Amino acid sequence: MPRVSFERIHKTYGSVAVLRDLDLAVEHGDFLVLLGPSGCGKTTLLNMLAGLQEVTAGRILIGERDVTDLDPKDRGLAMVFQSYALYPTKTVRGNLRFGLSAARLPAQEADRRVAWAAKLLQIEPLLERKPAQLSGGQRQRVAIGRALVKHAEVLLFDEPLSNLDAKLRTEMRLEIKRLHDELSPTVVYVTHDQIEAMTMATKIAVMNGGVIQQFGTPDEIYERPANLFVAGFIGAPAMNLKTARLATRDGQVAGVFGNGQQIDLQDYPFARPPQGGAEVVVGLRPEYFGAPDAPARDAAAAWELPVAHTERTGSDATGYLRWGEGLLSLRVEPSQAARLKAGQTVRVTFPKGKANLFDAATGTRL
Amino acid sequence: MTDIASAATVGATIDSRPIVRRRRKRITGRSLAVLAFLTICALFFCVPLYVVLTTSLKTMDEIRQGNIFALPQDWTLEAWRFAWFEACSGINCNGLRVGFWNSVLILVPSLLLSIALSVVTGYALALWEVRWAGTFLFLLFLCAFVPFQIIMYPLIAMTRSIGVYGTIWGVAVVHAVLAMPVLTLIFRNYYKDIPQEIMSAAVMDSGSFWRIFGEIILPMSGNILIVVLILQLTSIWNDYLIGVTFGGFNTQPMTVNLANMVTVSTGTASYNVDMAAALLTAIPPLLIYFFVGKFFVAGITAGAIKG
Repeated sequence: MPRVSFERIHKTYGSVAVLRDLDLAVEHGDFLVLLGPSGCGKTTLLNMLAGLQEVTAGRILIGERDVTDLDPKDRGLAMVFQSYALYPTKTVRGNLRFGLSAARLPAQEADRRVAWAAKLLQIEPLLERKPAQLSGGQRQRVAIGRALVKHAEVLLFDEPLSNLDAKLRTEMRLEIKRLHDELSPTVVYVTHDQIEAMTMATKIAVMNGGVIQQFGTPDEIYERPANLFVAGFIGAPAMNLKTARLATRDGQVAGVFGNGQQIDLQDYPFARPPQGGAEVVVGLRPEYFGAPDAPARDAAAAWELPVAHTERTGSDATGYLRWGEGLLSLRVEPSQAARLKAGQTVRVTFPKGKANLFDAATGTRL
Repeated sequence: MTDIASAATVGATIDSRPIVRRRRKRITGRSLAVLAFLTICALFFCVPLYVVLTTSLKTMDEIRQGNIFALPQDWTLEAWRFAWFEACSGINCNGLRVGFWNSVLILVPSLLLSIALSVVTGYALALWEVRWAGTFLFLLFLCAFVPFQIIMYPLIAMTRSIGVYGTIWGVAVVHAVLAMPVLTLIFRNYYKDIPQEIMSAAVMDSGSFWRIFGEIILPMSGNILIVVLILQLTSIWNDYLIGVTFGGFNTQPMTVNLANMVTVSTGTASYNVDMAAALLTAIPPLLIYFFVGKFFVAGITAGAIKG
């Protein structure tokens, strides 16, 4: 299972540059998720790796092989598509076998692989059916089977779960994760769903506007977002991003917000010594807030804020507090959510060492 | 439980009421008008057909009495036999069967040639990256609207230079060439609806132009192939101008044969033979419509992808 690397990739459509000078490499056995909003270039990048779109400039390597100009079938890849893309006139077996017979694999070996994949994905009873006779989840299993039978070194997924309903999506997510654990191929997976990215990936590349905003493990991306885009994109409910001014006195550092509230930033690992008066954006994850009105020792911030409203989402609840013109969201226990009445003022605390700081002008992490 | 059950029965009685009402609906003025219109339309086609059919089954003596709407007194197939075996077209008195077999011999190669070439061209234009594809399509589009009369003389010169002018092959090749632009556009538009991802999957699986065509695309083309087959079959069978222009002596299609038979300038006109000959010429496309007509409608309305 080789490593996959993109070197100085450029892609332009006419005069429009979609990807600019992009470098990215994943080690063998990694599960790389390309994550980003629609139109960020993630699918283009995947299609270029697959050979379905041409690279304007740059190189793509699989292992030591330069595959930039190879035909798709010669790259040793298999791909699962968003719409499954099963061949409608072939049976499930025919779908699985087409790639194998096209590769001139002996019939016996092809049969063995089809049986193996069918058993692995539990689609054995469906082998003689046509795609039109399958449900969405079954079609997706067949599509994954069609990719697996090729024993490809690298598996590509192009938003494979976005056509499924929520329950099936969770099931298939676990299924794909299980397959990766069992077979450990190198996977490149494109999605705009951060939950898929966080649960399955070993590495995430967050993309926006044709540029990789951050590349790292799910934990790094979540805990230490590299810039404001990543901070705002990852996490639901989203991270609270509030503008503040740095105040330094006697070696102490604090952030002073527009509404007069303060936060102690003494424990923040500044890359460079903080400048007093610098404008920054403070990022606070909703789930790190202490329980409302609960005593907290050693908190970085303790604020009295009026409740705007609360939202209950099954196992979780989110409280929204008034913060100047805007809102501050924090995760609360569902049992406590009922206590938060609109208009009532509560005391919330934020622990030390959990805040994220970004330069307000450039948006990059401090 | 009982509440639900009674509610269900109430619902059932309410549902059944409009059906009863509909059955008792009166014939209104509007539906009368529609019926009258449809009847007139039907008569417009049926009366001539009736006359042709009965006349072909009469003897000439009976026809001379002038009762064209009367049923035959002596039913006879003699006119049909004569039209098929003995009727003269020019100096050639072997009946319509000569033209029939010529038409079949023209039909088969021109069908195969035109469909085979245009289905592959349409597939390439729709699903593969072809340089200048847009320009090529525009040219095809223009070609589809060039009247045949304009290019008739150049075509005669060209067929003569390759030595097929005046032969069955000449007629067949001209038919195939003239049908290509429209057929290619039809196939291309049909294949354009095939999802790009299916093509991408096939390209990653195989990458072979012909293998993808044969194993994936062609099996998805049943509907459109039948549509094109019927279109081509009727247009080639019913063609007169190309047959009369490019067919030589004894190699003319059935339509030309029929025209020569009917437009005699000497002797008496045998109306019963003419009618029988006309019906014989019309039967093959009719049979096709009867047997595959329902696929024609299905093919026009259905896209490439089902389910």
